[in-house]
This record gives sequence, C-alpha cells and structure tokens, in this order.
Amino acid sequence: MGRYILLRHREIPELHRLDVYLRHGGYEAWRKALTSMTPDQVIEEVKASGLRGRGGAGFPTGVKWSFVPKNVFPKYVVVNADESEPGTFKDREIMEGNPHQLIEGALLAAYAIQAERVYVYIRGEYRSVARRLEAAIAEAYAAGLIGRNVLGTNYSVEMFVHLGAGAYICGEETALLESLEGKIGHPRVRPPFPATFGLYGQPTVVNNVETLANVPPIILNGASWYRTMGTEKSPGPKIFCLSGRVRRPGNYEAELGKITFRDLIFGEEYGQGLLGEERTVKAILPAGASAPMLPASALDTPLDYESVQAAGSMLGSASIIVLDDTVDIVWAAYKMVRFFQHESCGKCTPCREGTYWLRRVYERLVAGRGRPKDPELLESIARQMAGKTLCPLGDFATSPVLSSLKHFRKEYEAYIPQPLEAPVAAPAGTVETVPGR
Amino acid sequence: MTGTVRVIINDRPIEVPAGTLVVDAAKRLGVDIPVFCYHPKLEPAGMCRMCLVEIGMIKMDPQTRQPMRDEEGRPVIQWMPRLQTACTTRVAEGMVVRTNTLQVQEAQRAILEFLLTSHPLDCPICDKGGECPLQNLTMRYGPGESRFDYADKMHQEKRVPLGDLILLDRERCILCGRCIRFQEEIADDPVLGFSDRGRGMEIITFSDPPFASYFSGNTTDICPVGALTTTDFRFRARPWEMTPIPSICPHCPVGCNITLDVRPSARKGGWDILRVMPRQHEAVNEIWICDKGRFVHHFATAEDRLRQPLIRRNGELTPVSWEDVLEVVAEALSRAGPQAAGLVGDRLPNEDLYLFRRLFGEALGSSWISMDPPIFGGEWVARYGVGTGTDFGQMRPGSLIVVMAGDLEEEAPVWFLRVRGAVRRGARLIVAGGKPQKAERYADLILRYRFGTEALVLVGALQVLLDENRVAPEVLPRLDGLEALRKALEGYPLDFIGQRTGVPVEQIRAFARAIAEAGEVVLIFGREGVVDGEAFVGMAANVLALTGHVGRPNNGLLPLWPHANTQGALDFIGARPLPEEVPVLYVVGADPVGDGRPMPRAGFLIVQDLFLTETARMADVVLPAQSWAERDGTFTSAERRVQRFYKAIPAVGEARGDWEIFIAIALRLGQRWRYLSPEAVMDEIARTDPRYAGMDYGALAWTQPQWPPVGTSRDLYFGGTARPNTAGLGRVRPSEAETPEARWPLAWKAPEIPSEESILAIPTRRLYQEGTLIARTPHLRGRTVPWAARMHPETARRLGLEAGQMAVVRVNGQTLRLPALVDPSVPSQVILLPASLTARAGVVEALPVKFRVEVGNGALPR
Ligand SMILES: Cc1cc2nc3c(=O)[nH]c(=O)nc-3n(C[C@H](O)[C@H](O)[C@H](O)COP(=O)(O)O)c2cc1C
Ligand code: SF4
Ligand code: SF4
Ligand code: SF4
Ligand code: FES
Repeated sequence: MGRYILLRHREIPELHRLDVYLRHGGYEAWRKALTSMTPDQVIEEVKASGLRGRGGAGFPTGVKWSFVPKNVFPKYVVVNADESEPGTFKDREIMEGNPHQLIEGALLAAYAIQAERVYVYIRGEYRSVARRLEAAIAEAYAAGLIGRNVLGTNYSVEMFVHLGAGAYICGEETALLESLEGKIGHPRVRPPFPATFGLYGQPTVVNNVETLANVPPIILNGASWYRTMGTEKSPGPKIFCLSGRVRRPGNYEAELGKITFRDLIFGEEYGQGLLGEERTVKAILPAGASAPMLPASALDTPLDYESVQAAGSMLGSASIIVLDDTVDIVWAAYKMVRFFQHESCGKCTPCREGTYWLRRVYERLVAGRGRPKDPELLESIARQMAGKTLCPLGDFATSPVLSSLKHFRKEYEAYIPQPLEAPVAAPAGTVETVPGR
Repeated sequence: MTGTVRVIINDRPIEVPAGTLVVDAAKRLGVDIPVFCYHPKLEPAGMCRMCLVEIGMIKMDPQTRQPMRDEEGRPVIQWMPRLQTACTTRVAEGMVVRTNTLQVQEAQRAILEFLLTSHPLDCPICDKGGECPLQNLTMRYGPGESRFDYADKMHQEKRVPLGDLILLDRERCILCGRCIRFQEEIADDPVLGFSDRGRGMEIITFSDPPFASYFSGNTTDICPVGALTTTDFRFRARPWEMTPIPSICPHCPVGCNITLDVRPSARKGGWDILRVMPRQHEAVNEIWICDKGRFVHHFATAEDRLRQPLIRRNGELTPVSWEDVLEVVAEALSRAGPQAAGLVGDRLPNEDLYLFRRLFGEALGSSWISMDPPIFGGEWVARYGVGTGTDFGQMRPGSLIVVMAGDLEEEAPVWFLRVRGAVRRGARLIVAGGKPQKAERYADLILRYRFGTEALVLVGALQVLLDENRVAPEVLPRLDGLEALRKALEGYPLDFIGQRTGVPVEQIRAFARAIAEAGEVVLIFGREGVVDGEAFVGMAANVLALTGHVGRPNNGLLPLWPHANTQGALDFIGARPLPEEVPVLYVVGADPVGDGRPMPRAGFLIVQDLFLTETARMADVVLPAQSWAERDGTFTSAERRVQRFYKAIPAVGEARGDWEIFIAIALRLGQRWRYLSPEAVMDEIARTDPRYAGMDYGALAWTQPQWPPVGTSRDLYFGGTARPNTAGLGRVRPSEAETPEARWPLAWKAPEIPSEESILAIPTRRLYQEGTLIARTPHLRGRTVPWAARMHPETARRLGLEAGQMAVVRVNGQTLRLPALVDPSVPSQVILLPASLTARAGVVEALPVKFRVEVGNGALPR
C-alpha cells in the first residue's frame, strides 16, 4: 500500500481512467459489497471504522446512514461537491485525479441505504471538473458498474451530475437539496433531517466527496485496518488544504491527529514555511472563513477534530489558511465578513441583517471613520446573531469577528481615529467600499 | 400523531394534542409568543427568528421511568443549548418552555433591532401604521433605540406593482414569506417567490399577467408590515379614522363575512367605503375573501347611482318626488290588482323579499311573482341541502366532496380555498364537468362528460348503486319511491350511458362506489350546461339519499347559486313562469332586458334598482333603491346560513331601502304595516316562518370564540388584519331531511338529453365577468372577462365564423349578439356564453353578422 489512500493519483499516473483504476484494485470494494455483504453489513463496517464526515461537521458517517428508514422508497444519495469554503480545494483534486474512488464510495453509500439514485451536486465554477467526473461515470456505466442490475446482481442504481449556480449556501445540505429540486437555495428548518426527509421529501444521505472517497478502502480492507490510522475519535486519513502566506500551498494527506499546525506549515514534506524567513505566523484559520481564527500560540495543536476544538476552533473542512505578521487582522476579518454578507441567503433575519450591519461597520472602520465604540458594537452585533440563525452560516459569519476581537483587539483600536489627532489612514489598497449588498 | 401530551409553559402545565406547535400551545394558555413569519393558517417557515424561546425536556430516569429530581425535589430539566423557534417546534411529552426569561427577551430585542436596520420607518405615511405587527412588537419587545446608522440604510423601490391590484414596497418588506406561502398553500396560485439573496432578496411575481390570483388581496391582510398594499386603498386613510361595520359579501353564495371600513369623504361628498376586509368565520370563510369581494364595492357609492325617483313624461324619464311617484305606483298597482306581476332579483335581502311577497299576496291578491334569474333545484336543496353544522374545515380522510356542473373557483372562490384545504387534510375530491377547471388539480377522479348529459351521468351512478346493492341499509326504511326508481332505471343500460355521456363506464362505477364508501359526501352542483335542471338535481338528490349522505353535517347538496341571496329568493319568492303580457310589471333589483332574459310585456313598467339598467330605461317609473351597505338586512347563503349585515353608510341621494318602498306602497294600498326597520320584519319572519324560526336579529348576532384567535390589535400571535367576529355567526336553517321522522323521497324524471348533433349554448360563470357592479371598480378593468361567445376553433370553422366577428345566437327564443372568441380549451359542439349578459350587445349591429345557430330547447335553464 502506498503513501496515499485518498490522493492515490499522485502515485499512480492516469488513475482517473477506469482501466488504470481497475488495475489498482478499483471497484473491488464495490464487487465485494454487492456479492458478499448485506446493506446493513456495509453500514456496520463504516460505523465501526469511525469515519467522520469531511464536509465540515465531522458527523459519524455510518451513524448517519443508519438513520435512514429501511422501508421507504425511493431513497437518494447526494454527493456534496459544492466545495465553496474559502481555501478548500480537496474535493476538486479527488474528482479530477481519482474520480472513480468517489464514484465507488457513492455507490457503496447507495447500496448501504438501498438508494436508487445518486446525484452529485458540483459547484457551478467546477465546470471542467464536472466534465471529468461525467466522463468517469460514463466509463463506469459502460463497464456495468452503474445502471440496471449492476454486476449481474438485482441491485440497480443511477448516477447524475448537477452543476450549481454559484452560491456558497448551496453547500449547506438542505439548501443544496432545495437547489437540486430546482428551487431557490434556502436552507430548510431541521428537523426533519435529510435522512428521513431529504430530496423531494424522501430519505436521503448527503455526504462530502472526501467522506465518500474514504469508503472503498474501508470496505475493502476493513474497519480495523482503517482504525490503525488517526486517533481513537478521529480515525483515518484526511486531506489538509493549506493556503495563505506559506511557501508551498496545496493539498496534503496525512493521518488525523498525527501532525500539528506547525508540522503542516513548516514541515519539509508540507508547507515548507512562510513566504520569507523573517516572517512569523500571526493567526491560523483552521477551516477557511467559517471557524474562529487561532493565534500563533495554537501552532502545536494536533490536527484532529477534538484537539482543534479544545484549542477554541473547529477543524471543519481542514482548509488551513495561514496569516503572517504582515496581515492586517481587521482587514482580514472585514474580507471574511464581506464574504458572508455576500453569501447570506437572506432567509433569516439575524444573518441577513446582521452580516449587512457588520459589513457597514467594518467599512467605516477600514475607511478610517471608525468610532471608539465600534469594536464593542461589532462584538454585540455578532453576539446578537450567534445561536439565533436558521442555519450555521450565520454562526460562521460571527467567527471572524469574535475571534479577531478576542485575539487581536489592539489592531481594532489602532483603526479608530484618535480625538485631536489626524485620522489614521488605512493601509493602502485595503479599502474598498462597495455600494449596495 | 394521536393523543395528547403534557407540556409546561412558563411554569404552567397544559395538555394539548400531540403535534401542536409550541407557539399554538402557548397561545392556548394565553401566552403570546411574538411572531412574524408564522401564521396560524400557514405551514411554519422558521425564517424571522422572532419566536425564539427556551425549550428543555424533563430528564427521565431510564430505570424507574420517573422524572429525575434535584436535591429540592424539582424535576431536572435538560435545556437545549440554543434558543429554539416556537413556530417550528412541536410539543413532546415532558417538554418545558420558557418564553419570558432574560435570554429570550434579549433575543427578541436583537431580532427587532436587526429587522429595523433595514426598515424605512415611514410609519407616518404607511397604510399599515396603526395596525402593524412590526410597530406593535417593537413597542412591546423592541429596543428603545437603534445603534444602526440611519445613513447606512439601504434604499429600495417603494412602488413595485405586483399586478393591477397589489403594490409592493420593497423597503418595508421584512421577507417573512407569508405572501408566498399563502399563494402556494392556500390559494394554490404559486405566482410569488423570492429572488436574489441576502439583503438583496426580494418578492417577485412571475406570472403573466402578474400576480394572477383571485385571492391576492389576502396577502395584504397577512403581510405583517405595510409592504403589500392594494391599489384601491393605498394612501387613502389611516386605520383609526375608519369605522369598521360588519357586513356580508353581496356577490356570491358563499356569504363571506366581511367588514366595511367607512369614513366621511370629501371626494364622495358624504361617507365612503374605503375598504373591505375579511371578518373571521371559521365555518364560512375562515379569514379569507376573494378579490371580487374585496374590490367590487365601488358600485355602492358610484357617481351614477340612481339618486331620485324618475317618471316618464313626454317620453323622457324625469325626476319626481317620492310622494308623487309613490302615488302613481300605488295607483297603477291597485288598478291592476291580481293581474299585477312582480319580478325580483336574488340580491335582495330576506326582509325585502318577504315584504315583496306580502305586498303582492296580501295588498294586491296577486300570485304573479317570480325570482330572476329563474333557478331550478330549490326544493331538493330544501330537503337534502347540506346538514346543519357542515364545515369544510372539519372534513378529513373519509370525507368526499363532489363538484359537478360548475366551476368552483369561478363561482364560489372561497369554497374553492376551503375545499382545497379539506383535500390537504385528507378529504377526497371528485370533479365532474364538461370542461376543465382548477379544482381538478386535487381530484382523485375527473369525469369529463358531454355537456348536457349531466343528469345521465348521475343516472349511471344510480344504476351502479342499485346493481351493486349499495343502498345504505339504515336508510331503507325512510326512502320513498325506491321501487319506482329501480323500474325507471331499467331503460338506461350503463353501456348506453357511457356512450352518450362520453364517460367510460368504469369511471361511472368508480364514482358511484366512492360515494357509497365515503363516510361523508357533499355534492356541490352548479348549472353549467345543465339542460334538464329538474332531472339533474333530482338524480343528485337520489344518489345522496340512497347512500345515506343527507340529513347530517358534512353531507348533502350544496348549490352553486348565482348570487348572495338566491337561497332567500327561493325561500320567499320561488321561480314560476309569468304571463306573457301583464297590465303592470314591477321589477326589483333585476335587469332581465340587459341580461337578455325574457320578460312579460307590460302596460306599465315599474323598475326599482341602484342603476339605470337596460330594463329601467324602458320603465314608466324608476325607483332608486339602497345598496346593501346603506341598510340592515340578512342574506341566506347557499349553505342556508342566515347572516346579518349592518348599515355602513347613509343613503345615497334619496334612495330608499326596498323594504321601505314596499311598506310605503302597502300603506297606500290600505295595509297597516308597522315595521320600523328590517329588524322588525325579521322578527315577524322568525315568529311566523318555521324555516326561519327563532332567527331574530339577536339570535343572528350570537358569537363564540374561534380558533385561531386573530385580528385584535393587541394580539401578538398574529393572524392578520382580518377582523374578529363580534357581530354574529348567523344561524343555519336545517334541511328537511334532518328532522328525525322525515321521509326521504326519491325523484324520477326521465332526463331530457339534447341530441348529439346539436350545438349547445352554455352559460358559464366567471368571477370577473363584465357586469354592472364590477364595471364600477376600475382596478379590475384589466381582468374583467368581456362578453363573448367562446367556442372551439373547430366549431367556429364549422359555423364559418372567425374570431372577433359577431355571432348571433338564438337560444330559448332569445336572440343574443356577441363577438365570437376562439379558444381551443372549449369542448367542441358547444358555445360558452356569459351567464349574465349585459345589454351591450346592441352596439355591435354595425359589424357583420356571419351566422345564425338555432339551438334547441332548454339550453338556458328556465
Ligand atoms: C454554510 C455551509 C456551507 C457548507 N458547504 C459545504 C460544502 O461546500 N461542501 C461540503 O461537503 N459540505 C458543506 N457543508 C456541510 C454540509 O451541510 C453537510 O454537513 C455535509 O455535506 C455532510 O457531509 P459529511 O457528513 O460527509 O461531511 C456546508 C455547511 C454549511 C452550513
Ligand atoms: S443563517 Fe444566513 S444563510 Fe443561513 S438561513 Fe439564515 S440567512 Fe440564510
Ligand atoms: S411582502 Fe409582506 S408578507 Fe410578503 S414577505 Fe414581505 S413582509 Fe412578508
Ligand atoms: S367568495 Fe363569494 S362571498 Fe366570498 S368574498 Fe368572494 S364573492 Fe364574496
Ligand atoms: S421564526 Fe418563528 S415566527 Fe418567524
């Protein structure tokens, strides 16, 4: 077995081709499940592996599958390939380099819950990725791996690719389902959860691309093999998307909990340090814009769900963005707030109005027109939003605000014009006020 | 979900049905949880986040299954980590809710502060100001001031027309989605939606014409802010300036409870009706009305209302005093005596109809009175009309609703809403008709028969019921005429019926079986295409009586009568043929000439109306009558619910109530009538007419609390600006079949079936059919359906007619001239005509007359 479990195409050229994939154990797990395992056994194996969702929430995948009612048909599997979190680009690499492993994982999920259809919801910008994936699906159809009576069994399953239209919120699973149904991408009130009331109101499993790519090796090699990797509570391999002010940004596959932020940023086989010898880490965004930023003191936190949470943030999709000492934190927080304001779907009051208000306050702050009470106001607005929104996006939007205020409050104060003195000019090139939303 | 669960809200226990939403459970305890997006009639959306409360569960000991207790013996409560929305959370056994803690108050303040950041705060010029939930909730729960910079406000369009009737103010919209959900869930015209996202999200309409719905006005009631206003009312008055007067909609047989908001108006030089709002009656219209009911009120205060009596002098109608004119009228009537004839419209209130009958019967000794239009089926409705207590709101699985020979949405819009609601709750629907209609969307079974064969379809159903022995055994002893019916049916084999009606025999069987098997059946019937009305309604009555679906709530016949008091007109006047020629004819509230219906030739013609109708133009004397808004009275709806309406505005000009005029004439004819008001008339009816026994104005004004509670200004569990009902729920006059000892007769009349070759002229009712009253509401001008003869292109081709050309149609001895309209959705072999024609057909004589169709007897029911 090679160094990679998910990014195997890095070792095996042309792995996106079916023949190559088949030569390297491809669809063995699919064959094994179909011919020698019951659907429940597949669920049990995934449950036992301890695999947790790689889309952000880290929910145990096998447990999610087991919530699906047995006797309600039709059922669906939806692959969440919306990958819109800033700094996240792992699903793309899987779909481009190793698409069959995703397809095989999705098929296994479908078999496990006895779904008749798999939909892959890809973000609209990934047009070329979608083509690659569609080609792979066509190959698999042609080889009888998808379709009616797969591999001669009495199980039939179809697979379709659907392109989104460029909304971040459509990565949230219920908004994704609405969008897939052809409606405006508004998250649904939960409960009911997709497992019981999903696509077209039918039982549905929604899983992230990376999550599903983990499934074939689990089925092929067994849960106990899988558990030899990672930690007790966060088993298995994970792709870390490293970006920001590092020398070598990119995807890195490593076992969960076996490396720290420091290893990832500075390690020879990983990021190889910052963009400049003299630079230092100022802050880390562990999960794109969505999770609270951590100060440099968190550098030695191991990269698994529990440890990052204990450090005060979330591992989420593990899209680690590194901010060095040249980065203006207020500006960075402003950019993230602007992102969320732009992406807020508008369905619920606190997020729709709160992100707009936050953005207006940041705008005046970075324009040098801040007021002494603005940091307090920002904190208060964010707290008024937190915990009250319909979906997690509203909470995400508060994390850059609250975490930057928590760790870097001084930088805010520097932005507030001092009475009797000339206003402090904002750093050049950082001010950009956009009218309207 | 069945049974009840116990929950504790603000330390008070309550037992509610499982599945109840927390917000509703709280309301039952009198605890208001503030809401914006939630509406008790709509599915919860959980969008506005105004209703956040603390929710926990009593912790149970897994061993003992008893609540766990702390040291002080109080149950331990596992609180959820976040606040929960009370409008989406359903109660569960052992749930504990707190709606008044600091945490909850902080959340309420937060949501209001957020909402107001984007709100224009133009209350001083906002139509909703004074009855606005956003104002009310802000006063009660909001922050005293906002920390949002006023200059940062985002400005948006303030006048976006969503069609001819409704305007949207984008700045005021709080994006609660109530309007969208109303259109989807209640009206089933899903023509509104959200577009764009975040702060840029907005309400749009995507139908053509925009906001195409008969129910659009209701969205302005339930909109919790002044974002949706009607083009009719916008900027015309502040809510507190108006006096709300309870009334009943005068337009259709539903009898929607409404409120007329009136105010003195300089423009009208007197009082004006500013708007019509729904008034809650959960068994009639819930809290909805249709747009006709809301907007077609301008006729009451129209410029061209008759304001003075007129008399013909030198060929011209000239104003005259009441004294003089009454002398002339009394003179003429007394001279004619028993030869005098009367024709009375079915929009008149009961009191007036009753006095009209007395005037002819007692003062003149004449029995020559009839209602206009002539209606069939009244005696079967009296016998087998829906049972007392019938309520679409109570229909569920096991209930069956049949709609036959009428378009439910066009003829009784609010019944359409309520039937749809019943189907959503599990009732079944069967629609039988000669052409498609909207209600068919929810039908389990659609019978598309050839127009004119309605009665035959029912004969088929009877055939199946008898064949398969599906007569309800418990009703057998009450039925009269079963054997005769059985015998008569022998001449109608099912195959023949299937072939003549065009309905597959299997469908007729399924139809009959569904009726026999349903627990409750309401058969709603109209007159569309009905050639032999007597046979049609008689067969419908047979079907229901045989299967035991009469004499009980939620069972029986429900007629799609044409007007608001057709039932009253049947009760007090009835339809009978008048002689061809009479010395004096007294026409009240009817326009047979304009409607193209036959009218006796008269030596002397008296017409009493609101307007100078076509009939009035021919009159010797014209008497100006009052509209329903100017006086008290009662209407009897098609469900036979007798309901009161109240005087809302003073008389227009010198107009008098029809009842007053009848009294004045009767006194001149030597009668000693002493009624001082319609109330006194109704008192007498309630004493003397057993059908209306006990229905004095006091009894009709009785009310009781209704669920959901709506409409009070202090209520924060908000249903909209629909008004609570404080003026009376009315009383239903029971059907004869309800009397325990009543016999249930069956009917037989061999149905008259038009030959297959004949082309039928079918009067069809459209809600916005061009007419005298609707013409006075300019807002609906774009939507009114012009009079035309509609036909399939194939029919037009066969008749050598092109669209737009004049068609001359002779039906039942009348000659009608109408523009031809070609419409592929019309079945072939028929010409659809407006059910009430106006006399404007005269204008067209300059246009080419292309063809002449002679249509057989009885296509228009007489
Ligand atoms: C605002 C928001 C955006 C999200 N975007 C994504 C996304 O782009 N891709 C993804 O896989 N999951 C995304 N998620 C998480 C999904 O809702 C869901 O948890 C996930 O698809 C479940 O799959 P998993 O269990 O395999 O992780 C997002 C969640 C939220 C709240
Ligand atoms: S939190 Fe934001 S993104 Fe989520 S439902 Fe509310 S408005 Fe939409
Ligand atoms: S227009 Fe009114 S009802 Fe419709 S979403 Fe806006 S506030 Fe709500
Ligand atoms: S449904 Fe009928 S009674 Fe009700 S408002 Fe409309 S026209 Fe009036
Ligand atoms: S979220 Fe409950 S009322 Fe709007």
